[in-house]
Amino acid sequence: MKIKSLEELQKIKEKTLREISGRETNKRGRIVVGMGTCGISAGAKDTLRAIADELEKQSVDDIAVIQSGCMGLCEVEPTVEVQIGDEEPVIYGHVDEKQARRIVREHVMKGKILSDILVKRGKV
Amino acid sequence: MAVENTILICAGGACISAGEESVKSVLEEELRKYAIDDVVKVVETGCMGSCNLGPIMVIYPEGVFYQKLKPQDAKEIVEEHLLKGRPVQRLLYKGPTGEIKPKAKEELPFFTRQVKVATRNLGVIDPINIEEYIANDGYFALEKVLQMTPEDLIEEIKTSGLRGRGGAGFPTGLKWEFTRKSKSDEKYVICNADEGDPGAFMDRSVLEGDPHTVLEGMEIAGYAIGAHHGYIYVRAEYPLAIERLEIAISQAHEYGFLGEHIFGTDFSFDVELRIGAGAFVCGEETALIQSVEGKRGQPVQKPPFPAQKGVWSKPTVINNVETLANIPVIINKGAEWFASMGTEKSKGTKVFALAGKINNAGLVEVPMGTTLRELIFDIGGGIPNGKKFKAVQTGGPSGGCIPAEYLDTPVDYDSLMKLGTIMGSGGMVVMDEDTCMVDVARFFLQFTTDESCGKCTPCREGTKKMLGILNKIVEGKGEMKDIDRLENLAKTIKDTALCGLGQTAPNPVLSTLRYFRDEYEAHIKEKRCPAKSCKSLIAYKVDPNKCVGCTACARACPVGAISGEIKKVHKVDQDACIKCGSCYEVCRFDAIEKIDAVDLVTSS
Ligand SMILES: Cc1cc2nc3c(=O)[nH]c(=O)nc-3n(C[C@H](O)[C@H](O)[C@H](O)COP(=O)(O)O)c2cc1C
Ligand code: SF4
Ligand code: SF4
Ligand code: FES
Ligand code: FES
Repeated sequence: MKIKSLEELQKIKEKTLREISGRETNKRGRIVVGMGTCGISAGAKDTLRAIADELEKQSVDDIAVIQSGCMGLCEVEPTVEVQIGDEEPVIYGHVDEKQARRIVREHVMKGKILSDILVKRGKV
Repeated sequence: MAVENTILICAGGACISAGEESVKSVLEEELRKYAIDDVVKVVETGCMGSCNLGPIMVIYPEGVFYQKLKPQDAKEIVEEHLLKGRPVQRLLYKGPTGEIKPKAKEELPFFTRQVKVATRNLGVIDPINIEEYIANDGYFALEKVLQMTPEDLIEEIKTSGLRGRGGAGFPTGLKWEFTRKSKSDEKYVICNADEGDPGAFMDRSVLEGDPHTVLEGMEIAGYAIGAHHGYIYVRAEYPLAIERLEIAISQAHEYGFLGEHIFGTDFSFDVELRIGAGAFVCGEETALIQSVEGKRGQPVQKPPFPAQKGVWSKPTVINNVETLANIPVIINKGAEWFASMGTEKSKGTKVFALAGKINNAGLVEVPMGTTLRELIFDIGGGIPNGKKFKAVQTGGPSGGCIPAEYLDTPVDYDSLMKLGTIMGSGGMVVMDEDTCMVDVARFFLQFTTDESCGKCTPCREGTKKMLGILNKIVEGKGEMKDIDRLENLAKTIKDTALCGLGQTAPNPVLSTLRYFRDEYEAHIKEKRCPAKSCKSLIAYKVDPNKCVGCTACARACPVGAISGEIKKVHKVDQDACIKCGSCYEVCRFDAIEKIDAVDLVTSS
């Protein structure tokens, strides 16, 4: 495939960037949504969408949103792990759309931990 | 399923020889075993710069930096980090003090203090995947310049202030302009990838880690001067660089970045490799051109300069690897951006290879004007084992040594020149209190004497004479007149040698004489080596007050020079001792002393 134009070059760039975006790290923190089979059946996809949407609405762009496999906490799915900087990660359970938006507004933006839906602190 | 983790594993030369390949194979095996090989992507990158920590692995998205890996560590990383999300503390980077440093690569001072332009893609992209180069703006600069006139392009490079990174620091834009103005039906671009300085590996790292940037830089140079052919002159000792370049060239052809009608224009360009045998003098541009033509690599008189008559007697631009690696970024980000970094007369950044007595040996890129202190202590992590800094050698065999009182000098072409050394290609060897400066001068002169091509007398005979005098001095047989002799010889060689090798060969001697004359005098007048490093001038003896008679030294001595009974004080037979230092290393009671040989008679 010979590249003849800037547009074609740009296309390859964007395609490849998407493939390697997992290496991005200049973020303040991350939100991990458990997207194992049980997570998805408990509604993790809506949770993920709500988080992404709320981050965008609040113009927060220094948080990486990552999907992970099963965290092993199937009974409290959908689960969401929030880790800001060097702080201990915090895991929330039964995170529906509404709670997802609360997590963004309260924990991510103000640093307040939501004890009512807290499952666990520290790594799984 | 989407990729969850990416593991970058350094496949630079140093990491490979430290065992990267077996680490990688265990890693891949474990990933397969746990069936996570489809969600964890393993990418081999070029040198990440911290070669003394190799093999190295960085796990994203977190950017956790693992060092000094052994094959079985890969298993633990998979089981702990990837499966359970717990970084393996034991394998994280520890600073010189032993405390665990921030775990992410981006947080280590070694990385955060750097500004990467020429080495921007090293350790970031997969060097054998052209699309990753494109993703990091690769070949965008080529596309852009093909819309410009060559004159505007040359103006842009002139405005950037870029100077050659291969040694002499000649303004790149000017060089291109001269070559453009030389009338000829054919012209050439040569990339000088000879890298002959002992210990230097900046260029090798760029070739191995980001080969496309060199190709793109060459093509832009070709467009500027009106050339359609390029040669990369690379030494045979760099097989990995050669392999990666070959892959890059064939991929560039496949994507239409090399060949005819590049980006649908009338511009065509092709690149060939020329493999050199690795003589230091072949890095000198006129000798290199001879060698490219298949002749013996010996320098020839300048002028005419390569810009007028280069390879095949045609106008030729010859640029260093790092110089060329800067070009695409200057085009993409603009000359002003580049010129905003650095000092008045030295713009942009420079890559250095930190080596010698320094904690974080490796490759660093910093803005011109960064001080030696920042380089050596903040980024380089200072001197190991609590020793004192004595000097830093820059510019390799053509350069000189800078003592501690000039640590706050901003590093650029002109300030180093004022101190009697040169920027050179970026080698920096740090020396501590145990290094003998006369011996350092001797080491470099030995190198240039061996590497002199022999064509001109001042270089061939003069360096040999200087070396002979230095050998006399380190053996304690020097006289004060020798210092004058050294200085006279140095001056003659500098003024009359044919090429840069000879002209700069005396620099290591002249600069150590300038800053460390007292060390020369101590060797000559007192027959003492102040650093206690010159074998002829030192002796090992047992301190009878400290020796407990453990016999460790006697067993370590390769020539049986130590005698003594168990639990009795031991003794070194000075006539038999070959001064290997083994006893000094093994004694756990500090009972072996290293002393000036002249003190032997009085003290024993
Ligand atoms: C003895 C000697 C060895 C040299 N070795 C190299 C080398 O290994 N690599 C290099 O790029 N330039 C080397 N040079 C400098 C080249 O002659 C030339 O100046 C340089 O390649 C020009 O490229 P630049 O303007 O991009 O620096 C050497 C010069 C001398 C005198
Ligand atoms: S090792 Fe040290 S203490 Fe032991 S016998 Fe040798 S000199 Fe004496
Ligand atoms: S310096 Fe080497 S040769 Fe000399 S006594 Fe010690 S171990 Fe033996
Ligand atoms: S070769 Fe791996 S860090 Fe340099
Ligand atoms: S061989 Fe180059 S100066 Fe003599």
